[in-house]
Amino acid sequence: MIVFEKPKALTDAVLHYCPGCTHGIIHRLVAEVIDELGIEGQTVGVAPVGCSVLAYNYFACDMVEAAHGRAPAVATGIKRSLPENVVFTYQGDGDLASIGMCETVHAAARGENITVIFINNAIYGMTGGQMAPTSLPGQVTQTSPYGRNVDTQGYPVRVCEMLSSLDGPAYLERVTVNNVKNVNRAKKAIKKAFQNQLDGKGFSLVEVLSSCPTNWGMTPQKALEWIDEKMIPYYPLGVYKDKEG
Amino acid sequence: MAKLTFKEELCKGCGLCVNACPKGLLALSRTRLNQKGHSPVELTKPEDCIGCAFCATMCPDCVITVER
Repeated sequence: MIVFEKPKALTDAVLHYCPGCTHGIIHRLVAEVIDELGIEGQTVGVAPVGCSVLAYNYFACDMVEAAHGRAPAVATGIKRSLPENVVFTYQGDGDLASIGMCETVHAAARGENITVIFINNAIYGMTGGQMAPTSLPGQVTQTSPYGRNVDTQGYPVRVCEMLSSLDGPAYLERVTVNNVKNVNRAKKAIKKAFQNQLDGKGFSLVEVLSSCPTNWGMTPQKALEWIDEKMIPYYPLGVYKDKEG
Repeated sequence: MAKLTFKEELCKGCGLCVNACPKGLLALSRTRLNQKGHSPVELTKPEDCIGCAFCATMCPDCVITVER
């Protein structure tokens, strides 16, 4: 009996991500949730700009490519014109928390009935490792070679905490995928975010702390440990809003 | 008995599965490369595998299929 195989909602395309990049794990979790809920034929995904720009090649459902940061706005349009369909966006931190902050906050404030999967790896991956709004204080990146200086570059944005002050969002949770237990928790959160949309509850966002071994300059395993040591203390895991709970 | 199947050409040799295996049965090949030039992962003692699928859970590239 097969207990684990590639989900059907992923295509056979070979992922272009660097070795050890956890984007692959999160793609698979989203695809597994789509399979389990049986919604592949009615799902429309919105791909971002960033490392995951080619996500439209990997998900077997319909996909739309949005302009940089505009995925929640595009998803709003799709959801309002096709209310029977399930609409999700898959966005990185450069896309969602930097150029797309406005779209994110307003989609959340309106309580749009969409699902947002937010990948936070504290750096701009695709463009070569520049400082992101989510880079940690003191973190060395291409554009902060002496470490992020909070006096001149400010502090990282905690997206879940920020959005939790709004009345619009139905569900906000921060998870990570740095070990098996956390991967299973992340899947539960993603499934709930999709189920909320099916139940018409409104805006659901799951923030996934992810690794970037290439631009952090670490081995894949060391990068997963760095999430535990550095990222989780600054970005605590947990449910930040759950309208039912 | 549990059985693992590897899609070797998808493997990027990141080693996340190697660290996830609770029995320490996986290792990156020291003698072979796949077409992309990565050392693919291998199961060193197939008879000891318990089929927990931790390796497949941590694999970013869906290389591993687990049967039990």
